[in-house]
Amino acid sequence: MPTFTYMARCDGCGECVDICPSDIMHIEPRYRRSYNVEPNFCWECYSCVKACPQHAIDVRGYADFAPLGHSVRVRREERKGVISWKIRYRDGRVQQFTFPIRTTPWGSIKPPSGYETPRPDALRSQWLAHEPEALGTEGLPQLSPLATRSE
Amino acid sequence: MGPWSSKQTRYIDSDILIIGGGFGGCGAAYESRYWGRDLNIVLVEKANIERSGAVAHGLSAINCYMGMRWGENRPDDFVRYARSDLMGLVREDLIFDIARHVDSTVHKFEEWGLPIMKHPETGRYLREGRWQVMIHGESYKPIIAEAARKSVTVFNRVMVTHLLTDGTRRNRVAGAVGFGVRDGRFYVFRAKAVIVCAGGASHVFRPRSIGEGAGRTWYAPWSSASAYGLVLQAGAKMIQMENRIVLARFKDGYGPVGAWSLLLKARTTNAAQGDYEAARREELKALVGRYAESSPLPTCLRNHAMLQELKAGAGPIYMQTKDVLDTRHKEEIGWEDFLDMTVGQAVLWASQNIDPKERASELITSEPYVMGSHATCSGAWASGPEDCAPADYQWGYNRMTTVEGLFGAGDTIGGSAHKFSSGSFTEGRIAGKSAVRFVLESGAQAPRPDEAQLRTLKALVYQPLAHFAVARNAIVAGTVAPDYISPLQGLQRLEKIMDEYAGGISTFYVTSEPMLNRGLELLTLLKEDLGRIGAEDLHQLQRAWELHHRVWTAEAVIRHTLYRQETRWPGYYYRADYPRLVDPDWHVFTCSQYDARADAWEIGKMPVHHLID
Repeated sequence: MPTFTYMARCDGCGECVDICPSDIMHIEPRYRRSYNVEPNFCWECYSCVKACPQHAIDVRGYADFAPLGHSVRVRREERKGVISWKIRYRDGRVQQFTFPIRTTPWGSIKPPSGYETPRPDALRSQWLAHEPEALGTEGLPQLSPLATRSE
Repeated sequence: MGPWSSKQTRYIDSDILIIGGGFGGCGAAYESRYWGRDLNIVLVEKANIERSGAVAHGLSAINCYMGMRWGENRPDDFVRYARSDLMGLVREDLIFDIARHVDSTVHKFEEWGLPIMKHPETGRYLREGRWQVMIHGESYKPIIAEAARKSVTVFNRVMVTHLLTDGTRRNRVAGAVGFGVRDGRFYVFRAKAVIVCAGGASHVFRPRSIGEGAGRTWYAPWSSASAYGLVLQAGAKMIQMENRIVLARFKDGYGPVGAWSLLLKARTTNAAQGDYEAARREELKALVGRYAESSPLPTCLRNHAMLQELKAGAGPIYMQTKDVLDTRHKEEIGWEDFLDMTVGQAVLWASQNIDPKERASELITSEPYVMGSHATCSGAWASGPEDCAPADYQWGYNRMTTVEGLFGAGDTIGGSAHKFSSGSFTEGRIAGKSAVRFVLESGAQAPRPDEAQLRTLKALVYQPLAHFAVARNAIVAGTVAPDYISPLQGLQRLEKIMDEYAGGISTFYVTSEPMLNRGLELLTLLKEDLGRIGAEDLHQLQRAWELHHRVWTAEAVIRHTLYRQETRWPGYYYRADYPRLVDPDWHVFTCSQYDARADAWEIGKMPVHHLID
């Protein structure tokens, strides 16, 4: 289901160009609005659809296997931490779902440099950052001393 | 040379360079900053790390979590599981190493804000299967990207094309070069250590869908084999490149099947609603012996049973979704499974009027993919953990390849299957810490790339633009020209060669020595034509270099497939001339090393050591 952009809604802001993992949302120079330059390299990941402030980007199922007349619309609300979907079947039936996307405020992750500097000798140990506390185990599991053998 | 030869060069010096900002790269970024507080650490990504890599879309489950704090699983059990799924051939030290650390990664993800589903009675993570936990994972990547951005300096929209080696010590990595996909500048990254966390490969084999639908591959279309294309050309030893993976997924939309079969307990049947997998158990045992007695049945063998069923005319194969959606909650789980990570499957259902409560949905086996983090383990040969790797699996720092200072994580590292998202991030952490140690212990002398090598690479990187600018003048309009092909035309040639000769869908995954040799012949011609790719703009230049990485990877796949004279993973591919699994000769890793100076490949075997009974 490659993406496409509605002429009347797009204001050419370029958010979709900035986010697309496949680099296929470009600005069309004459109309100064975005469009999908390479539908056969679109994974329908919806990154651009979710990022568009104007809700100007939609998708139409891949022509080689998806009959026309359907739609899957989305609204991702970062501050509320939810995403809502509205699915309309070709035959008109509708399904709606809302799911959580994050339990903490955006930007709230404590950077690794915000933790106490590890002791220099720990660099040579097998422990990774925040272990063993973050593991929830007392020690780091070791391989049992089974003699190395090859088949 | 046109306007491109005058492109400005930008030099970026760092202690550690991380290539690729997916889960491996984000893990490497976080951990290297934790241990290397004063180091200069740079991450370069061809897209935008907010939504890049295989998890750009989101995920509906974390497929690698032990639950050690609740006594659910132990790392050695996970090694047994991954080993039997891969028909015995894995690096047990590497998998054990990931398994013993992965819980701390997942607990951190939850602390950062990833919503992990809980069991209503126990309060523990809701298990999908023994190793999998269910998540509300639409924003999985943006959450992890936030942690990476707070750790290191990120360069988005820069495509890395080549690794650099030291001017005098050829087996010492010195950085990487690439170009800005937006600004067009030539980027030279000079670094003391490099961690390659780039992606595995979609679009090496022809996909089932055609036209627009080619975008709906199982693995992301932007997973362009750069993990392998970069490191193998630098001379890193590779293993198990023949171990491509084929996935049984919902047909065309490639929706995941795990939640449906493991959590919701939907049956997979043939058209007559028969349990064909159970019916073919004895046949599988006759084919591969004890490997068919593992539970769960290895992924490749489940594919094999499905393929036999399809060849017998008993398809379509169906997931019997309608049997299991008896509550609204289960219906939501089923839909969210797609909407979090494969929206296209929901679109497919909407377009074809398939309500999973009312009717079953088709499954099929995909085209092959080359990668190292799922139920497959292609990738670079890496030094193992200091405390548990056998002597011949260890020559330096953990996760360092055979090239000094060159580390890897995720799809890059071979032999350690079943990493998935959490394991790839964990392997990035392991490599990140290890690279810090390498930088701090290796002394002050930074490697110096050869200036002549840099000049050559700069001309080479922009050559597709320069070539197009001249050769385009020969024609009036259109896409057909005598002296160049577009990156897409080159990609389609690659996909056709690999599909028809190296065991793609059109031969039901069957190949043989004469087929592989003919494929290699045609691939060699394609490699020559890579020098005549015409790129109209920077976007096509990115596609051109992605194609380079895919073609080099494809060559490794063919060479390894030729070398292994057995059928080790029926259901992934078949050597018709060696149709049996032969443990006495082939319970080994295949390995290869490319020598750029001699333009020659060396292929051989490495021992598989079993460290766990």
